[in-house]
Amino acid sequence: MTDLSNQTPLAPPRSQWRNVWDQLKKHKGALLGGGFLVFITLAVLLGPYVWTLDPQKIDYRARDFRPIYHALFDADAKTAWANPLGTDQLGRDGLANILAGGRTSMAVGWAAMLLTLFIGTMIGVVAGFFKKLDGPLMRLTDLFLSLPILPLLLVAVTLFREPLRGNFGPEGGMFILIVAIIGITSWMPTARIVRGDVLALKEREFVLAARSIGTKPGAMIWRHLLPNVISPIMVSATLGLAAAIITESALSFLGVGFPSDFPTWGKMLADAVQRMEEFPERVMLPGIAISLTVLSVNYLGDGLRDALDPRIRGR
Amino acid sequence: MKLKTLLLGAIAGTALAPAAFAERGSDGHVNIIYWQAPSILNPYLSSGTKDIESASLVVEPLGRYDQDGALVAYLAEEIPTVENGGVSADLKSITWKLKSGLKWSDGSAVTSADVKFTADYCMNPEGGCAQLAKFEGVESVEIIDDLTVTVTFGEAKPNPYGPFMGGQSPIIQMAQFENCTGAKAPECTEANFGPIGTGPFVVTDFRPNDVISMVANENYRDAAKPAFASLTFKGGGDATASGRAVLETGEYDYAWNLQLAPDVLAKMAEGGKGTAVSAFGTLVERIEMNMTDPSPSLEEGVRATAAAPHPALSDINVRKAMSMAIDRDLLVEIGYGQAGRPTCNLVPAPLAYASDNTDCLTQDIAGANALLDEAGWAKGSDGVRAKDGVRLSMVYQTSTNAVRQDFQALIKQWWEEIGVETELRNINASVFFGGDPGSPDTFQRFYADVEMYANNFDGTDPESYLAQHTCDKAPKPESQWQGENINRYCDPAYDELVAELGRTGELSKRGEIAKKLNDMLTKESYVVVPLVDRGRVSAHANSLGGVILNTWDSELWNAADWYRIK
Repeated sequence: MTDLSNQTPLAPPRSQWRNVWDQLKKHKGALLGGGFLVFITLAVLLGPYVWTLDPQKIDYRARDFRPIYHALFDADAKTAWANPLGTDQLGRDGLANILAGGRTSMAVGWAAMLLTLFIGTMIGVVAGFFKKLDGPLMRLTDLFLSLPILPLLLVAVTLFREPLRGNFGPEGGMFILIVAIIGITSWMPTARIVRGDVLALKEREFVLAARSIGTKPGAMIWRHLLPNVISPIMVSATLGLAAAIITESALSFLGVGFPSDFPTWGKMLADAVQRMEEFPERVMLPGIAISLTVLSVNYLGDGLRDALDPRIRGR
Repeated sequence: MKLKTLLLGAIAGTALAPAAFAERGSDGHVNIIYWQAPSILNPYLSSGTKDIESASLVVEPLGRYDQDGALVAYLAEEIPTVENGGVSADLKSITWKLKSGLKWSDGSAVTSADVKFTADYCMNPEGGCAQLAKFEGVESVEIIDDLTVTVTFGEAKPNPYGPFMGGQSPIIQMAQFENCTGAKAPECTEANFGPIGTGPFVVTDFRPNDVISMVANENYRDAAKPAFASLTFKGGGDATASGRAVLETGEYDYAWNLQLAPDVLAKMAEGGKGTAVSAFGTLVERIEMNMTDPSPSLEEGVRATAAAPHPALSDINVRKAMSMAIDRDLLVEIGYGQAGRPTCNLVPAPLAYASDNTDCLTQDIAGANALLDEAGWAKGSDGVRAKDGVRLSMVYQTSTNAVRQDFQALIKQWWEEIGVETELRNINASVFFGGDPGSPDTFQRFYADVEMYANNFDGTDPESYLAQHTCDKAPKPESQWQGENINRYCDPAYDELVAELGRTGELSKRGEIAKKLNDMLTKESYVVVPLVDRGRVSAHANSLGGVILNTWDSELWNAADWYRIK
């Protein structure tokens, strides 16, 4: 007789996600990036309830205030605790604008990223899995890659602004338009990566085994392929978020996009360029916010890629 | 001993300086910088401001416009008018008489043959003359005697000062350009690069798109002028660099057209070497009120046309209240500084045509609120006024430009204080001003309730400018949305008065009618709400005297009077 008691596991079984987390913890950059992303997301979500100044409120008697830290090296600087990050040329509060602008930029970033992922993954998987569709879909991808985003956006604004504005209001309509445009012009890299991985996976033995027991294509994709391409999808998701924030900033910077009194980080940057020499903080603050967010997302993506890959994990 | 002599010499020099003031060439050298470089010195072959203005140092017209837009005789004895008989009573001809004893810089006499030749040169059917518009309607130019020419027009011309008037239409020498007419005009490089003129300076070296060297004209009609013996005209760079060269480093004496933000300019002026000067023309930043309904719920063809009057803006009280709520002084301070001044007029200048209308200059939010209350626009629970189910909610559009967006934000705040809800929209300038009939975003199409932009008129006569607001010039689908009557204002009395202006030749009477027309559009109807009269800024060194900035003619119009302050 065998002693069954010897067969009990020495430790409780570890879940896969636990392993991922353990690996991620080792990546300092990813941890910092993730922490900052959570912080900035919470700040823009909850900040406006704590700092209740209206970002659009003009108070021209209090215009051109410097950030409060200026008082450290320039005692004569116009500063006020009521506006810790200063005010712009019309007296709008800097902090309130950063928070409100971050809301828009992050919302556009997340929404566009999700849309990009959805389109990219779908096209990538379908093209990789169904041989007949591969050619047409990949040529479509090439076609989209050659679309220039700015002229496209100008045309789209002309064509769709009115109906969207009528249905969703000026800000809502523009939000949908920008997200849609970024979404349909940036899914191609994701689609190409996913297709490549699917092509390789398709030839593996477990797929052959699954097919031999009669698994239908839908179930095959859902159960066997998608879980195995999750790691490149995650990575391109993080890159996509960063790219979407930057694209939105660029659009706002160029003046196509949200109404001029609706703050976003990109628009704050654009408005400040003229007085860059005199008030560098007005360029620096939104610029730093954009850079740090994008950087933290990129680090998080890097860490996630390592953590999600079982071959790298544990090394 | 030597030092003493030197010192004495210096003292003597300073003592003598004021006496030397009135002598030709006594003030040495002057440097001018234009951030666009001249490429030719013949104004009939280029419409570029840089070319026309640099040439104005060399060749001169019969008469110029002064800083107030008034006419001043240059080569002519006097400005011909109906009153002095120079312009015929039927307004069909104008007779110019040259000053006697005028000489070209090569010493030969200026005669009426040169004047006639100038007209023939430009009106030559084989050549493309850049200033042909100046000669529009000219039927013939006849020589009466050695010093007199008569220009005859095909039909009555209330403003006959097209040919030979202003920097765009100077007199050129027949002897020099005789063999350069028609298709051969651009081939005469030597003449085009160094025209012989009557102006204060003569070209010694011309390098296209770079620099021009000049010396004083020995045969200039005033023996005491110009005060400078030589001149360097440098072209190229940008507004910032040329501003610095005059204001901060003092390398140059005069810089042209500094389109810079007021605080940037002020920072440069701290350099202490020069002074920025501004002068005002006719460019007015204004808000246009849409008299037709731009609502997207209307079908195309009806939307924003006379068939659908605007539900709220048709009420003059709403337009007036919206104008009253604006603080124009603050707009100028934030957007233009020295280069702008508040105005209530569509035609802010010249003096003879500018109305004395100033009633909009004080902001009156309380008055605007009272006016709307009285007119029956009651404030709802959300702070937005409404009457008979029509909410005072405005879409306010303009082109994308930092100053304009600041203006929008400010004006939106003021309008919300009087219960007018405002939605801002800004459109890329090339689309907004592009005039594409297929685009819904052009300023002519005006698919918004109010819009803001700036416009001006050429020359000093506002007739055609004011005639833009007649009923038939409204943009509409049938005209492919082209037309200058942007706000679709339509008043038969206005049309009648415009027609009268076209029939009137007497200057003072024309001024009266133009002022009345201006008032009808502004303080009597508020369809045009002028905000800022935008000016031109140039800079001159503190040591350069006699500069009078002129926006009606070449900026260098009085370079002969410039001198060095010692």
